[in-house]
Amino acid sequence: MNLRLLKKALLRLGFCGAIGVLLLYAVFPFYYAVLTSLKPSSALFQVSYWLDKPDFSNYAAVLQQASFLQAIGNSVFVAVCVVALALFLSLTAAYALGRVKFRGRATVLLLVLGVSMFPQVAVLSGLFEVIRALGLYNSAWALILSYTIFTLPFTVWVLTTFIGQLPGELEEAAIMDGASPWVALTRVLLPLLWPALVTTGLLAFIAAWNEFLFALTFTLTDQERTVPVAIALISGGSQHELPWGLLMAASVMVTVPLVLLVLVFQRRIVSGLTTGALKG
Amino acid sequence: MSKLKLDKVNKQLGGLRILRDISLEIASGEFVVFVGPSGCGKSTLLRLIAGLESICAGDLLIDGRRVNDLEPRERGVGMVFQSYALYPHMSVYDNIGFGLKLAKTEKRSLRERVLETARVLQLDKLLQRKPKELSGGQRQRVAMGRAMAREPDILLFDEPLSNLDAALRVQMRNEIARLHASLGTTMIYVTHDQVEAMTLADKIVVLNAGRIEQVGSPRELYERPVSRFVAGFLGSPRMNFLPARLLAPGAHSLIETPALGRLAALPFDSSALAANSPLSLGIRPEHLALQKAPGDAGLRVVGVEYLGCETYVHLDVGEDEPLICRCAATAEWRQGDRVELQPELANLHLFDADGNALPRHPTPDAATLRALAQGYA
Repeated sequence: MNLRLLKKALLRLGFCGAIGVLLLYAVFPFYYAVLTSLKPSSALFQVSYWLDKPDFSNYAAVLQQASFLQAIGNSVFVAVCVVALALFLSLTAAYALGRVKFRGRATVLLLVLGVSMFPQVAVLSGLFEVIRALGLYNSAWALILSYTIFTLPFTVWVLTTFIGQLPGELEEAAIMDGASPWVALTRVLLPLLWPALVTTGLLAFIAAWNEFLFALTFTLTDQERTVPVAIALISGGSQHELPWGLLMAASVMVTVPLVLLVLVFQRRIVSGLTTGALKG
Repeated sequence: MSKLKLDKVNKQLGGLRILRDISLEIASGEFVVFVGPSGCGKSTLLRLIAGLESICAGDLLIDGRRVNDLEPRERGVGMVFQSYALYPHMSVYDNIGFGLKLAKTEKRSLRERVLETARVLQLDKLLQRKPKELSGGQRQRVAMGRAMAREPDILLFDEPLSNLDAALRVQMRNEIARLHASLGTTMIYVTHDQVEAMTLADKIVVLNAGRIEQVGSPRELYERPVSRFVAGFLGSPRMNFLPARLLAPGAHSLIETPALGRLAALPFDSSALAANSPLSLGIRPEHLALQKAPGDAGLRVVGVEYLGCETYVHLDVGEDEPLICRCAATAEWRQGDRVELQPELANLHLFDADGNALPRHPTPDAATLRALAQGYA
């Protein structure tokens, strides 16, 4: 009897331990970044895991840079545009792919998936030419275009799956009520797709927000840069000094909005991931 | 003029012929039920009428107007779906009013129509609820309300009661019958439940493998099935079929079956067939009377099912399936008893080798039958 109790306690201990390790692994880098950003540069290389007196000088210094504020504005604009564009295009595409029966539907879906397998670097030079030809070089629209290209396969696939799971009779009922395909999509299917839209939209937002390679390649001036590039280009007083404090403060400032977004929509995301049980 | 007319309607899907040359007329205000085994095309036929599926060949006319290429909303039909398909994010009021809203109905008359529909279906108190807060029967009524709200000339039902439990099904069946009586709308109803078909229909259409087997009133179909398929499909327990042989073709048939021996002077015209043709004799369980057989003669009772109101007695006739006989609940047959069968000759059915019913003499009254029997003897 005691042996069984002991076993139970040990298992519980192991479980908690595993969770602790996982949590430490996931959260520690971010925690240390926050810690570093709150230290004055003089205390930067003293290793410590707790802070007695937070020092906000790094944040003040970052916020005083006009180019950084401009970069945040650019990032918000680009990410919001990408999400809006990608959701609109993928919703309409997913409606066609998930609902309308036509020859070659599976081929189209596989093509969409295939496109998403190319690494960014592989299409970089080609995309650069396209953007030059379109006259979009060094503008936010170059980023919106390229991010949308890379986001669409994912959003189309997820939304196609979700639309495919909604009962077909629902849409037919709307058609019997006199709804056009557009009305059936927006007034009947869309309200049921909200969790899926929030999930995919959030992931598209994060991808656009964090993207670095295209942002570095397709923009030239401070006026057009986005946050990841701006952070990378923050430089210290001399060539050999890396301003860790500033970098960390900037990183924390651009990460916190994402964390907040995820927390706000957390319930939606979870229900979005389990929307198979939609019935009646 | 007929309300709805199908003229040689065909439906093909990827080389598979789902419906073949369906021709049918439905009168205004009629309650028509499509029945058939699963996969017979009854739901597809309903969806063709609704406009949810396209017609490959043939014409569909509503009020004399060809509607093949019209959108569902232009046809003046409403449909109740099997899974109800209520809009989960809308209240009952919005579910019923959705079609009216899309038709740009003026707000006041929309409200009146929704309230009136709700009143007819006794949904008045539930108008602000969401579908998930309703019971099965209530959802069913909302689905009907949504189909009725736009006041269509034709109401279509696609197995509307199959998701309900048995008690509720009977209740909703009566409600649909009441609704039909009070609205007078033409209704077309698809089901595989023959009780629903028999009780609701003015006219039953039996479909099999994409074809119409027979159209007629429930009584016609039950008493005068034109084929073995219809005879076996309607009725529970189903009609017994015994293999038989035609001894003497003629205006009145003389046949022999292993189980029943010779049956003479049957009211069927078999002059088109050759002697010794194989036939199939159909007897409904209620058209058999049992009598105790002496000794080892007759047929052996292999099973007795007591149902309270009646008893089904199963008899061994040397076939795969036993012969089923419907007896009074007070009958006291036991397994192993030997019995003799006394079929009601006027209520027998005779089918040829292709399953078609042999032509039957009109109104065979008892006197002529007796005279004929004496003639043979």
